[in-house]
Amino acid sequence: MNDSILGISRNEELCAGIYEMTVSSPDGEFSAAPGQFAEIRLRDYFLRRPISIADVCGEKIIFVYKVVGGGTDAMSKMKAGDSIGVMAPLGNGYDIAKADDRPYVIGGGLGVPPMYYLTEKLIESGRRPVVILGYNTSSEMFYSDKFEKLGADVSITTADGSCGLKGFVTDAFPPERPYVFACGPEPMLKAVYDISSAGQFSFEARMGCGFGACMGCSRKMKDGYKRICKEGPVFDREDILW
Amino acid sequence: MVDLRVDLSGMILDNPVIPASGTFGYGKEFAELYDINILGSISFKGTTVEERYGNELPRIAECDAGMINSVGLQNPGLRAVCCSELPALAEVYKKKVIANICGSSTDDYIACAEAMDAQDTVGLIEVNISCPNVHCGGMAFGVDPRTAEKLTKAVKAVSSKPVYMKLSPNVTDITEIARACESGGADGISLINTLLGMRIDIKSKKPVIANKVGGFSGPAIFPVALRMVWETAHAVDIPVMGMGGVDSADKVIEMIMAGASAVQVGAANLTDPFICKKIIEELPERMESLNINNFDEIRGCV
Repeated sequence: MNDSILGISRNEELCAGIYEMTVSSPDGEFSAAPGQFAEIRLRDYFLRRPISIADVCGEKIIFVYKVVGGGTDAMSKMKAGDSIGVMAPLGNGYDIAKADDRPYVIGGGLGVPPMYYLTEKLIESGRRPVVILGYNTSSEMFYSDKFEKLGADVSITTADGSCGLKGFVTDAFPPERPYVFACGPEPMLKAVYDISSAGQFSFEARMGCGFGACMGCSRKMKDGYKRICKEGPVFDREDILW
Repeated sequence: MVDLRVDLSGMILDNPVIPASGTFGYGKEFAELYDINILGSISFKGTTVEERYGNELPRIAECDAGMINSVGLQNPGLRAVCCSELPALAEVYKKKVIANICGSSTDDYIACAEAMDAQDTVGLIEVNISCPNVHCGGMAFGVDPRTAEKLTKAVKAVSSKPVYMKLSPNVTDITEIARACESGGADGISLINTLLGMRIDIKSKKPVIANKVGGFSGPAIFPVALRMVWETAHAVDIPVMGMGGVDSADKVIEMIMAGASAVQVGAANLTDPFICKKIIEELPERMESLNINNFDEIRGCV
């Protein structure tokens, strides 16, 4: 983990209220596992913002984030050439080696970005992932074309039916229970949990520190309490308690 | 050459900077980032007899220049701390540590104090009678002078090591509690714990924190903490460990000028894991520029 001031090379709106920011690591190649995250420091805000890593490309790190309050609003107004404090990579990411040859990659809403980096890595490893992306509505869709460009088999669901299949990610599931990688709101994770056989699930939480010091984001798992920021955010299906 | 050493009831620290309990775990996460042996000491995560999960999530709320937490003393319990956490900490930290203990009854405090007194790596016991996030015990022992005095006596009776009582700012007159602890035989006073605070999510019309209220910390509370350290240091004849919103070498110096013997750094560890290291590296230069040779020259000068 490093805590550095990084230069922003790009910060643009992808769709209503959702932005993509690219920063560059000064130490050359940046290394992170898919599913790991960063804690971003914003001027005038005491706590950092935990943001998932959407992609890593050499020394470039890409974040996709939604404006949900003052902090992320300030982040959205930053320009190329500005700099930003980034502590990364944090947490425990996805372990690709555990997956079968045709895993299902499930991303819902702001759970989509980390699945892009994961899908890249899965394809690199010779696997043929099936990607299901869920959004509320077509105007909030982003990144679906990027997944297609990777050569993944992509299905889209929208809650209002404005694009793809009307419904939730689980409506695009096959009858057999697949191995899944999932990231999204907790009700989605639970629904995916119920119709999968095995897999890895990434959780969100309001965090204090993001690196395991404050116990602000503990969650009860089968083997006792785990920190979402440290032992997580990614947990194996068999460890999760619902 | 400046001398950074300070004395806490016979426990000599290389410098006055100590990460505060609850913001540094048992040191492991920070030892991965830098050599934590530079720290004056470490006040480890508050330990109770039984394992505690703590409060429901969310436990964290952001504030202007600070944060509210309602972790609720999550810890693995006395046995696990003594058998696993402290030996692991001793691997990465070679100096004496400060054992922060808490309980919901006098017997709990006695059991924790006895166990910590027997630990070689523990140099000092810090008794938390000020946690705002537990429903019974904790702060209840720290808001009434008679109760605080009795508990101090009970803990002192089983401890051969210095006992510091950690006080809550959520009282009318903190010096009254400090004096009661001194009468009970306390070797020193630690202050302040967090201030009770609250935030409301105006969209959901509910408190941000599941426990509704929590402990407010961060740079916003520094002036309040400094004032209480100053009042307390002048009200008692035992050493005072000052804490509350400290995030720079200058604030460490302010705390010592107010009368603190050593200074703890709390919430700042959570937003900058390197903050204690930075403060320790900054201190000699700041002292030189202020013509301070050692902390005895300035302690309580205000």
